[in-house]
Amino acid sequence: MKVSMLQKISLAALASAGALILSAGSAFAADAPKIDSGDTAWMITSSALVLLMTVPGVACFYGGLVRKKNVLDTMAQSFGTTALVTVLWMVVGYSLAFKTNSDASVNQFIGDLSYLFLKPMTLTSVSGTIPESVFMFFQMTFAIITPALISGALADRMKFSAFLWFMGLWLIFVYAPIAHWVWGGGWLMTAGALDFAGGSVVHLNCGTAALVTCLVLGKRIGLGTENMAPHNLTLSVIGASLLWVGWFGFNAGSAVAANFNAGMAAAATQIATGAASLSWMFVEWLIAKKPSILGMTSGAVAGLVAITPASGFVDPTGALIIGLAAGVVCYTSSVWVKKWLGYDDALDAWGVHGVGGALGALLTGVFASNAINSAAHGWLIDGNAHQMVLQLEDVGATFVYSGIVTFIILKLIDWTIGLRVSPEVEVEGLDINLHGETVR
Amino acid sequence: MKLIMAIIKPFKLDEVREALTGLGVQGMTVTEVKGYGRQKGHTEIYRGAEYAVNFLPKLKIEIAVKSDMADAVTEAVAAKAKTGQIGDGKIFVSDISHVVRIRTGETDNDAL
Repeated sequence: MKVSMLQKISLAALASAGALILSAGSAFAADAPKIDSGDTAWMITSSALVLLMTVPGVACFYGGLVRKKNVLDTMAQSFGTTALVTVLWMVVGYSLAFKTNSDASVNQFIGDLSYLFLKPMTLTSVSGTIPESVFMFFQMTFAIITPALISGALADRMKFSAFLWFMGLWLIFVYAPIAHWVWGGGWLMTAGALDFAGGSVVHLNCGTAALVTCLVLGKRIGLGTENMAPHNLTLSVIGASLLWVGWFGFNAGSAVAANFNAGMAAAATQIATGAASLSWMFVEWLIAKKPSILGMTSGAVAGLVAITPASGFVDPTGALIIGLAAGVVCYTSSVWVKKWLGYDDALDAWGVHGVGGALGALLTGVFASNAINSAAHGWLIDGNAHQMVLQLEDVGATFVYSGIVTFIILKLIDWTIGLRVSPEVEVEGLDINLHGETVR
Repeated sequence: MKLIMAIIKPFKLDEVREALTGLGVQGMTVTEVKGYGRQKGHTEIYRGAEYAVNFLPKLKIEIAVKSDMADAVTEAVAAKAKTGQIGDGKIFVSDISHVVRIRTGETDNDAL
């Protein structure tokens, strides 16, 4: 084959330029591990998006739902958790959740302490196709939002000091082990339970803790007699909208790469969220006669929660069905079941996140498709009924472990420093009494 | 001199103001108020939690006029604020004993 002169010249130029780059590169990184720049860029973006879900997302969503006298305490809970978990994740959390324990049987349940203070992590440590620093940061943002979501159940009545102890202990003794079971190489991961972005690890887990917390704390003073209507729903709409946007980091980011799975996870997330917002709205319209904006946003959050474990495993039709189911089921749990059983889950952390997370985890087993993700063999499409057993194990284990350990942590705090503010403080407001600030 | 104080539905304010301007009324004071009468309150529902709101938002308008204008003003407010539905409000007319315009020191009818 004859190569033209022009091609020869350009090839030579390219070769010399390449050699130049190589020699320059080798000057400081002789054998730097390979990372993918596209994946890395997407994962840094995703991490920031997931952080956006907690501050300001959850802070605004919950802040608007409480009464005006407690809005700053509620926002301080989200912000405080963000700061506290950041430090604890660096000190010990990442190591416990994501490092492999040298004892294989212990590793089924928990990582180890080899990464205390992230000491072994260097500039060029790699996790998959991205720097380990990015993977650690991405997982940190999940560890932040999970406990922060519990604050919805304990709103209006927990001491801020008790809250911080609760968040810290819960991160280490509940979140880190469960994250290890499902994502860090533990027993549920080995068994083959499917949880793409945290339906059980994040949402069922925090929802269960929320349920236990509101039961241990008891009801707010004046529940049923006093007007506890949200003080500023515009703030809540902004918060819910930020959650929706940030959730693309949560779900599509959980592909830990910028690839086909991330793309399909993003599409499934958007479809399920729209469907859930509509289904909650229409059920409420039918029953309570009006389509409330609180209903639309609650439905959207329910859809985001339910599609979380399934995104990356299901096709658009599966996402649509999961979304429609999430709106109806979470409406039922937040409105009817709560009223029927009488627990005071102030902002419906259990009703939306716990129930939506469990629903999503189970429906993941139903609709997961091998055509969408080679790691998955679902029930309906791939005929693998055993997947449902695994999903049930996943839901059951998370519910039982999270419930029991949360209860123990809360009782320990109650016996030592006390969980709840005095009735006087509760009635007058947490903002002025706990933080010395008020919103006028 | 008469003080005409009326509680009206908020969306009727513009109609009332236009009618009074047509009669030559030179000013009014408007306050956002809450209260209840025969209309009672309404119910708000947040995720199934129902709250009875007993006090509804209304506007209180106050107009001070010379005595010979009082009837015309009262009739105009009554006509323009009326929807025929429960909750249209009420008009209270009372005597004023003394008026001072702060800027000039004029008093009584000169100050209106």
